Order: sequence, then C-alpha cells, then structure tokens
Amino acid sequence: MIEVERVTKAFGRTRVLDGLSITIPSRQRVALVGANGAGKTTLIRCLLGQYGFEGRISIDGMSPRSDRRAILKRTGFVPQLPPPLRLTVGQLIQFAASLCDAEPGRMVEVAKRLGLDADALRNHSFSKLSGGQKQKLLIAVALGRDTSLLIMDEPAANLDPDARRIFFELLGERSQHATMLISSHRLDEVAQLVQRVVELDHGRICLDDHVADSGALDAILWCHLELSRSEESAARILAEWGFTTRAEGLCFEGSVPGPDRLRFLGALARYSGLIRNLRLEAEGQPDA
Amino acid sequence: MVEGIHDLEMSDDVSRGPGVAVKKTIPILRSDLLRVARLDVSEALRSRWFALYSIVFGGLVGLLFVFGLTESQILGFLGLSRLLVTYIQICMAILPIFVLITTVRSLAGDREAGVFEYLLSLPVSLSGWFWGKVIGRFVVIFAPVFLAMAGAAGWAVHQEIPVPWSLFGFYTALLAALSWCFLGLAMLISTVARSTDVAQGAAFFVWLVMVLFLDIILLGLIVQQQVEPEIAISIALLNPLQVFRTAAMMLFDPSMVLLGPSAFVILDTFGTDGYIAYALAYPIALGSVAAAIGYVIFRRSDLP
Repeated sequence: MIEVERVTKAFGRTRVLDGLSITIPSRQRVALVGANGAGKTTLIRCLLGQYGFEGRISIDGMSPRSDRRAILKRTGFVPQLPPPLRLTVGQLIQFAASLCDAEPGRMVEVAKRLGLDADALRNHSFSKLSGGQKQKLLIAVALGRDTSLLIMDEPAANLDPDARRIFFELLGERSQHATMLISSHRLDEVAQLVQRVVELDHGRICLDDHVADSGALDAILWCHLELSRSEESAARILAEWGFTTRAEGLCFEGSVPGPDRLRFLGALARYSGLIRNLRLEAEGQPDA
Repeated sequence: MVEGIHDLEMSDDVSRGPGVAVKKTIPILRSDLLRVARLDVSEALRSRWFALYSIVFGGLVGLLFVFGLTESQILGFLGLSRLLVTYIQICMAILPIFVLITTVRSLAGDREAGVFEYLLSLPVSLSGWFWGKVIGRFVVIFAPVFLAMAGAAGWAVHQEIPVPWSLFGFYTALLAALSWCFLGLAMLISTVARSTDVAQGAAFFVWLVMVLFLDIILLGLIVQQQVEPEIAISIALLNPLQVFRTAAMMLFDPSMVLLGPSAFVILDTFGTDGYIAYALAYPIALGSVAAAIGYVIFRRSDLP
C-alpha cells in the first residue's frame, strides 16, 4: 500500500506538490494524469526516493528515502523519455539485473516478446537504438524481474501497435501481483489500463475517480469497419494498426488490444463522417 | 567512505541489530561500488572526451620524443628524466583543468539529461553509486596520463636509454595525488551546482584561483610588500597546484633556484623527505575531504 500524507515539494518559491494526500491500496492500477507541470513527475520522484519533501510517504510501511534500496528492489520504473545512457544493451541489462538480483535472461525474454532481440543487440550502444527500441528495453528491465510496484511515465508512448498489445499482455500478467502507477498527460492513453484515475493540477488532486473495470488487460477486440468512400489517410492509419483491407479500400478488419480501444477510436475520430459501419467484439467471447 | 557504510539503506538488517547490518552492508557497498565503477569506466571508454583526453596525453609524450628531448642535456639531466620533467610540467598545466571540466560536464550533464533519474531508480546504494563514480572516474583520468608515461619508459628501455625509475615512481605518485585532488573537487562542484553551465563556470573559477596563487605570483606580492612572507608560504602550502609544482621540481633542482621564495622556505622547513610526504598526502587529503563533503550533500539533496 502506498500512503502519501500532506506531501509538499517546492523548488525555490514554486510549490510543485502542495499538501498532496492519496492512498493507493496494493494491486490497484492508478492513472496519474495532468498537464505539464501538474506535479506528476515530482510525485514519482518522491515515491522513488529521489526527492526530499515535507510530509510523509510510506510504501508498504517503508520510507522511500531511508529504505530506498529495499523499496527499489521491488519497484520497476519506466521513464517518459529514455535517458541518453552510454552503455551497451548488454551492460544495461547486466547492471540492472545484478542490482535487482534478477535473471538477465528474463529481461531478454521480455524484450523478445516486445519485439526487441536484446541478445543480438547486446553490443549496441543504448543511445543508438531507436526511440521505440529504447522504450522496449526499459520496459523489459522493469518487467523482467519480480516487482510489487510498477511506476511508469507514459510507458507506451513510443511503442508500435504490436508492441503495445504485448505490453498490455505483460501488464495483465502482473495485474494480480503489482500495484501500478501509470502517468500520462492524456487520459485516453491510459484510461483502459487502470481502475482509478487521479488528476493533478498545480500539485493538488483535482479529480480522484474510479474507472469501470473494463476487463482483462490482455483482452483483444476484433474490429470490422466500413467506410462510405475510400480515403487514403484512413487506410494508412488502419494499416499502422495492422488492419487488412478489401472491397477496394472500403472495408477493413483487424484486432485492437482492449486497453487501446479508446486510443483506436480517437485515431478514427477524424474520419467519423465516413464511417458507415463499425463493430468491436471481444475475441473468444461471442456474447460480449 | 566509512560514513557511507553506516548510512546505507538497510532497515531490515538494522532491525536485527547493528552488527548484522554492518556485516551485510559492507559487501553491498563493495559490490555496488565495483558495479558502478566498472560501468563508469566502460561509459567513459565510449565517450568523445575520453578519446580526446587520451590523444592529448599520448600525443604529448609522442611529441616530446619527436622533438628529441631524450637526447638533450640541459641543467645536468638527460635521457628520459628530461622528458619526464617536461611531461610533468605540462601535466600540471593541463591535467587539473581537464579533470575538472570533463568530470563536472559529464556528471552535471548526466543529471540534466535524466541519466541519474533512471539509474538511481535501480536499487543501487547511494554510497556505492557516489564512490563508485569516484573510483571509476579516477581510473579513467589517471590511466591515460600514467600509460603515456609508462609507454615512454617502455620505449626508453627498448632503446636502451637509461630510465630513472625512482623519478618515474615519484612522478606517478604525484600525478595520482594531483588527479585525486582535482577529482574530489570536481565531485564536490558537480554535486553542489545543479546545471552544467554553473558547474563548468565554478570548475574554471577554482582552477583560475589556484593558478593565480602560484609561487611566482606570490613572489611578486612579497616583492611589492603587499603580503607577509608567512602568508605567501601558507597560501603556497594550501594550493595543491603549487605543492605539486614544488615537489615535481625539487628532485632535480634541490636548491629551488627555479622556483620562488616560498618553495625555498617550504623545502627548508620540511626537508626533502618531509616535503615529498606532504606533497603526496595533502592533495589526497584535500581531494578526499572535498569528495566526502560532496557525498554528504549528494545524500541529503534531491538526487536527479
């Protein structure tokens, strides 16, 4: 359980967190949303024991500052922007695994599931990987070990649709064992991943609401879409989602990861005037 | 370093008694320290500043050979001693500023770019992280300086030029002490300054102050009677650059005619052996104290 009590963090005269209090029960998935400067990253850094603050934070009864090492051993963290590490892929995995008493092979395995062959890239510099590859590797480091807390800052922002689907699967596998705190400045990116949404504004909570549980994180939705006329840009977007087309670009079929449904509909929003028929069905659940 | 052992985050062990905690934390500190040091070395080996740094010191020795310094005979010393003396004088001019600028640039730059945020989200002890960085960085800055000198000695042996091994050993120790001293100062500056620009400016300022208070300038002040000789000597004794300079010269210029009055008085007070001990111990102590202060600030302040 995470307990944050009247936490204030100021940089100079600017209060980035202003007497913030929140309790997150174990194994709850929480979205932390808010505009830039709302205090999301600062709260995350306080939880990771990286910032000093006024007030009290307790993670399973321990303090992030004084019990930093014990907490971090059970915490997986994925940053919003991959840092410019000058390590090779192999060195990063080895370094992280040795500190966490984890098997490097598990991290390599998670990376492989996400579509990154970390073994083949072992001697490649991390900084020379693409944005998506870096993100996959950092996710693999966070999820390729036993953790009871996952803190992720826009974790899926750089992932391609296939990797996103696998990422949601991986989160689904962890959902019964780990508390998850997923930060984003866009609710549609994370809404389907979580059970609760906490919105920050100027270091205070302005919304704390529960989300209707949308089922398993690894759910797949089969989608059938018909357009009233052929539209090249729509076809391109649907191809990026892995859809196949027929009937001269008027009919599309494919699958969408359950947690991505809002994002998918958002991508289609600008073509809503062209949509003649849209059907989303949970795969393997005909009555859904 | 011992401070860090007690400061480690091991509440589980502490609850079982201090003896158990210390027994378990020492191996953790050692293993984290070695991991971070190894990481820092391998990172540096791939960086451009290290390539430039190595080329400068390796090239320097190469140039001294090309200019025939081993064959010249000035002031009574010849062969490799001439080369070593010249090399160490150049080192005194460029090593401190190189160490200061490259260390503060890479550490403050890493903090700004989010490297600290990510790597410190892994369960590495803060003491292991900080002192591992110090050790790794020391290896990286000292290795090219030493290897260039060792290469020169190896070449001399191959060419059957006499190698003054005692001078070689003394200069190695002096360079190690100087590197450690400025590394400690650079770690302190990097910890206190929150941005790369401020850290670089502060590093340059520290170096400039030390250059300004070299013996020759102190001599000028004494001549103009603007400063008491005792104060000039104290300043010279506190300035690690001057300590290094005096120690580097005294072996081949025992009467210190090449240096100013403070060096002469210092040598007269300490004696040769005493001054050698001081010239090695003082920069190491200064660097260690600076790094230790940096560590305490690092632990207490925001990490990234």
